[in-house]
Amino acid sequence: MLNMLLWIAGFIILLVKLMIILGVLLFFAGYLVWVERKFLARLQIRYGPNRAGPYGLLQPLADIVKMLVKEDTVPDGADRAFFLIAPAVVAATAILMFSVVPFGKDLTLWGQKVPLVVTDLNIGLLFVFAMSSLGVYGVALGGWASNSKYGLLGGIRGAAQMISYELPLGLSLVPIVMMAHSFSMVKIVAAQQKYPFILFQPLAFMIFAISSMAESKRIPFDLPEAENELVAGYHTEYSGMRFGLFFLGEYVHIMVFGAIMSVLFLGGWRGPFLPPVVWLLIKILAVALFMIWVRGTLPRLRYDQLMALGWKVLIPLALINILATGAVGLMIN
Amino acid sequence: MESAWEALKALLSGFWTVFIHLFRKPITEQYPEYKRVLPERARGRIILTRDPDGEERCVSCFLCAAVCPVNCISMEGAERPDGRRYAAWFRINFARCILCGFCEEACPTSALQLTTDFEFSKTDILSFVYEKEDLLVNHQGKDKEYNFYKYCGVATNYGDKGEHIGEEKPVDVKSNMP
Repeated sequence: MLNMLLWIAGFIILLVKLMIILGVLLFFAGYLVWVERKFLARLQIRYGPNRAGPYGLLQPLADIVKMLVKEDTVPDGADRAFFLIAPAVVAATAILMFSVVPFGKDLTLWGQKVPLVVTDLNIGLLFVFAMSSLGVYGVALGGWASNSKYGLLGGIRGAAQMISYELPLGLSLVPIVMMAHSFSMVKIVAAQQKYPFILFQPLAFMIFAISSMAESKRIPFDLPEAENELVAGYHTEYSGMRFGLFFLGEYVHIMVFGAIMSVLFLGGWRGPFLPPVVWLLIKILAVALFMIWVRGTLPRLRYDQLMALGWKVLIPLALINILATGAVGLMIN
Repeated sequence: MESAWEALKALLSGFWTVFIHLFRKPITEQYPEYKRVLPERARGRIILTRDPDGEERCVSCFLCAAVCPVNCISMEGAERPDGRRYAAWFRINFARCILCGFCEEACPTSALQLTTDFEFSKTDILSFVYEKEDLLVNHQGKDKEYNFYKYCGVATNYGDKGEHIGEEKPVDVKSNMP
């Protein structure tokens, strides 16, 4: 009987945690759009959105209302089932990735331990890669199912790009796993108690930052949606909230990669004075602002440059980094 | 190695240039609050002006309708008992008008003129069809002095043939025989 009650209490706590995290994540993803538009505008000596509410703060709400009331069209000749499900795949995989990100020390509520992470998987890092690979299906299927040449080209480019950059993304984190002796995100944060890993692994950090920008299809790597060649790439044919889901998925991706970058390299929720959740948010915001800065600076890569950078530069560098870390590790022990 | 260093320097200088732009004042003009002063000859909504004596200038010559590249001007000519021509009705479809100003250049009597007003957007497209009473104004527009009937060779209340400015008396051709 007591076991049963404990189980139910744990279940309710999990549900509450899920709701809070989902709400906060979607809220910040929405306002990340606002931050990006404002910050990018300032970089380009413009104002950005400033009509809806003070400083344009109501702009995300207005956008959501607009997308919800817009007509949701399915083009003639589209593969209906895949067309309808593709945006959900992109958004869901992006949101699921956040479930292994720890955002604080364990909490004690009424004598029960509540870990501040949705699930402390012992293979958390692998879970992130699995979800990030599944996101490719949303892009490729969405592009293919829209029965449009722009969508198809965008989808193919997206698939090629995301599969290529998955490799340096994974390889760049092998040294981190070697240093933390664990795939679990909670243990990786625990391993950075003294120093964040960026001090030991600046090369891995750079490789990870570049590949995560390519994974979230940000501007120097936005070939799948290159608007001046492919109209809008894989989401050309989407409208209304289905387009909104692609859009949301992209910004949740930025949040998630910001969170993973801060967990793996910047010490996660650790920091002086402020509560852990705030520190994590500050670090995510810093990563996001850096990504926007990159967007404001660099032009889009050519397709062959993109592939050459991934296969001929980042992967060899990541492999060398693994070798070096292994050698240093052997010397120390 | 040299080229890699050069590339890195170029990359960093690009990032720095973008960063210092963060602290510059935006150059955007906040339109409804700030309206820039338009040039005198900016082309906007079309009006029909009157001559200094308060009469309609338009003589319904159809030159504006003929030159209009989008065929948005139409009218019907008529004549008053005293000999002056006028437009029985005059219609401009601003939904089609491209504000090119050809009609103003073609107009021989300075009747049709473009104003600098460009803020007349509406949601109902039929309300863009302006009739004569919408177009006619009570001033001379840009051309303050000109009065066509003081120069033309038509007998009106400004005088008979040969009595206008710069005109000579008509010659009886039958008296010109050798």
